[in-house]
Amino acid sequence: MKQKIDKTLVKHIAQLAQIPISVQEEKTLADNFSETLRVVDELQQVNTEGVELTHQVTGLKNITREDEINEKNMFTQQQALANASRAHNGFFVVERVIDVE
Amino acid sequence: MLNKLTLKQTIDQLDNKKITLEDIWADVLNAIKNQNDKLNVYLALNKNFKPQLNKPLKGLPIAVKDNFCTKGLITTASSLLLKDFMPQFESTVTQKLKDAGGEIVGKTNMDAWAHGSSTETSQYGRTLNPRNLEHLPGGSSGGSAAAVAADMCIASLGSETAGSVRQPAAWCGVVGLKPTYGRTSRYGVVAMASSTDSPGPITKTVEDAAILLNHISGPDPLNATSTKKESPDFTQSLDKSIKNLKIGIIYHNLPGLEKIWELFEPQLEVFKKLGAQVELANAMDPKHAIGVYTVVQRSEVSSNLARFDDVRYQYGRDTFGNEAKKRIMLGTHTLSKGYADQYYNLAQQVRTLLIKDYEKLFKKYDVLISLTSPGFAKKIGASEGEAMFGELEDKLVEVSSLSGMPGISIPCYRDEKTNLYLGMNIMAPMWREDLVIQMADAFEKNTHWNSWRNND
Amino acid sequence: MTDLNKNYQLICGLEVHAELKTKSKMFCGCKNDPFNAPKPNIYTCPVCLGMPGALPVPNKKAIEWTIKLGLALNCKINLFSKFDRKHYFYPDLPKGYQISQYDIPFCYEGYLDTSEGRVGITRIHLEEDTGKLLHKTIDGKKVSLVDFNRGGVPLVEVVTEPDIKTATQAAEYGRKLRDIIRYLDIGNCDMQEGGMRLEANLSLSEDGSLPDYKVELKNINSFKFMEQAIAFEIKRQTKLLNTSKTPIQETRGWDTKKQQSFSQRTKETAEDYRYFPDPDIPPFQFTKEQIEEWRKELPMLPEQIINEWKAKFNVEKRYSKLLISNHQATSLLELVFIAAPKNNIIPNDIAKEIVNKNIKFNKNLDSEKIINSYQKLHQTDSIDLDVLKQAIDEILTANSDAITKYKNGKTQVIGFLLGQVAQKLQQKLDMRQVRSELIKALKN
Repeated sequence: MKQKIDKTLVKHIAQLAQIPISVQEEKTLADNFSETLRVVDELQQVNTEGVELTHQVTGLKNITREDEINEKNMFTQQQALANASRAHNGFFVVERVIDVE
Repeated sequence: MLNKLTLKQTIDQLDNKKITLEDIWADVLNAIKNQNDKLNVYLALNKNFKPQLNKPLKGLPIAVKDNFCTKGLITTASSLLLKDFMPQFESTVTQKLKDAGGEIVGKTNMDAWAHGSSTETSQYGRTLNPRNLEHLPGGSSGGSAAAVAADMCIASLGSETAGSVRQPAAWCGVVGLKPTYGRTSRYGVVAMASSTDSPGPITKTVEDAAILLNHISGPDPLNATSTKKESPDFTQSLDKSIKNLKIGIIYHNLPGLEKIWELFEPQLEVFKKLGAQVELANAMDPKHAIGVYTVVQRSEVSSNLARFDDVRYQYGRDTFGNEAKKRIMLGTHTLSKGYADQYYNLAQQVRTLLIKDYEKLFKKYDVLISLTSPGFAKKIGASEGEAMFGELEDKLVEVSSLSGMPGISIPCYRDEKTNLYLGMNIMAPMWREDLVIQMADAFEKNTHWNSWRNND
Repeated sequence: MTDLNKNYQLICGLEVHAELKTKSKMFCGCKNDPFNAPKPNIYTCPVCLGMPGALPVPNKKAIEWTIKLGLALNCKINLFSKFDRKHYFYPDLPKGYQISQYDIPFCYEGYLDTSEGRVGITRIHLEEDTGKLLHKTIDGKKVSLVDFNRGGVPLVEVVTEPDIKTATQAAEYGRKLRDIIRYLDIGNCDMQEGGMRLEANLSLSEDGSLPDYKVELKNINSFKFMEQAIAFEIKRQTKLLNTSKTPIQETRGWDTKKQQSFSQRTKETAEDYRYFPDPDIPPFQFTKEQIEEWRKELPMLPEQIINEWKAKFNVEKRYSKLLISNHQATSLLELVFIAAPKNNIIPNDIAKEIVNKNIKFNKNLDSEKIINSYQKLHQTDSIDLDVLKQAIDEILTANSDAITKYKNGKTQVIGFLLGQVAQKLQQKLDMRQVRSELIKALKN
């Protein structure tokens, strides 16, 4: 299914990805994506009937850790907040969010 | 000019007390002082070091790509979002480096977020290729490769998602080793494509790469996809005869690569002289690797960069550069409802086919060899405006990244006019870095392309 | 014509999230104790804070407990399973995605029986909890404060089929589920601490078929409120449907003061979570043997024990229901009930005294101590039979009208007379003995 990459779709993707874009960028990105997806669409020519998906190449299974506290890796409150844009009494600060999900 | 020594040479000469660590550092820092403004290799510098002569790496100055989280040294991944980001924890690989006595002399420039094969997408300016200042060093570990090429360090660390260690090594005429996926821990390395990211050494010689790999590899309980087995001693694969080993040469008949092939092909003769069996072999068309890699990588990128916002970090998502925006957004699209099947899922299926193709070849051959890059280092500005510059440049190395198989790039030709290099990519099955090192070491020691073996 | 008297069937499913009480978080070694943390952001690390390059490693215990919960709820277990990334942006979600399970949860197709019928359980999966937001105004600006102590805590999600038919059944299901989780000792399910969270999806149907809308009830932190909210919704939706209006597909909360539900947010478009298998976490492959091992390790569950105690010890169900709070308490009680007859004590009597808190009971005592407490409580001083008879005579003499009442069939006057005798003698008496002597005396 060939998809038309137009500004509406680009705006929707930008919303989904939380990437602010300008009106000019909408057009360039649309062209850009069209070009990229043209290359990608060549994959449709490959016969993948019955082929399994490769999500990981290690072949590893059942990797877990014991239920133990790892003090060495834990941050102090100061370390946790060290790179925050804003902190207040040990909390991260963000503009008031409307209750979502 | 002690900065021009290799890692092995400095270790040996320190052991023999022929030179001092202080003098090595002085020469390296001097080289940085003289060249960094022009080349823009380092984003952050560290001049403090402790002599650790009882440890294998002695306190020697190692350059580290700026996507490794290093306590006490700002880590930006060449992005504006992480400007002034001071990690409160250490990446496993740099911790291992330090435990072995390595000292980080500085953090090197890269394509921002590792998105690229030129180092031009860095939000701190591009790095120049020390071999020819009108050309790019490749990427995304361009800074580390340039640091090595310019002797602004003794050895360096980079990381490869698909090509990001091998391609800049090829363009800068140095050695770049991408280990088996899982051989080196990803913990603390800014994630790009989680299913292929591999930290690896970029060095002056194959021997140096083997030494560094010894110290940075091994299991990590903090990385669930890391190997559960301790690594062998990779230096045992040096100086080994390659007699009767079977070599398959792939990507030998791609349209557009004819001129480059004419320069590359004669370099393969040395393998025959050394007793290996060399044969042309046919792999699946790499054009499919481009599609698979573009989708899988950009999808994982869109997910891995979702954590960056101005709540826990200083700067927000409006600081992403053009390349990052493109990749995040395309990756979001290829995972989204109604599209995931035709993009993400399909790509992961073709990935299986590409892997099976190489596995079939490895039943016949011990190693596979190809060009690392479809050409010499490109000129400055080459990546600008391109929709998918990186993914196209890396098409010859993408399958070995998608499969997790190890590969090394070594210099195999130098153009006398431009002083630019071609790189040879030697690949082996999973966990067979020993074969890769053995083959590369044999080539390096029996040809004159490595500038440190021949004092160019 | 609208029919104001039409009745509809409730089609309701419940989604319950319960925090597991592991020592450490789901994907990192941070301490799992968010409710009691003295300060914000002190149980954090690179992993649960979403720092660059930080990687998740799953908590073995959390997985084992999730599967055990599935077995306790009669679920099938997926021998192959994995974790997936669920993407959305919110300040309390540090990675911009939640590690959860999408299409292959650990457990599926189970059930829990209630007095109003069987409730099918569609799936049980494991995921990580988010951080917490606190809304405040600082320097005149409206902000939200974020605390990640809770971020990354293991959360088990139990989803039912839309089998719930009444508001009371919903509450019963919730309570039974909570009891099982507590019984397995894998979670505290303290609603006030956020240890258990309820969500209902409901709609009304004329003929039992799945309607084309559904209302989501969220942020309700008690079973009682859940029951009230559902009952209210049935009324509200009935009214709308009877005037040919379809209730809006939306999320509603419960205002307990006003005793009504209210609209929280309209879901215009379904979220696009862009699920894909987490590349940082290798998948799971269990064997049938391993699942059977875990099944063997399950303690007997509340329902089974209540029935067994009735059958074996004749302990009344109403006492048993109150007595079994956790696994260790049950084992101890079993020992007590076995020891009771050997000491001439009726197990049901001990059960009653424990329920009424007349004897001390906690899981750190042993059965001997508990038997002794009971014996002490019911210790009677032996009394000289003549002294007793004498006291009875004196009481009867002083209360001749009581004798008359007794002779006229008003036998309840015995209670009064017994009290008088006890008061007179000021001793711990074996009241059965006193009663029989009193009746003898009355008959004369």
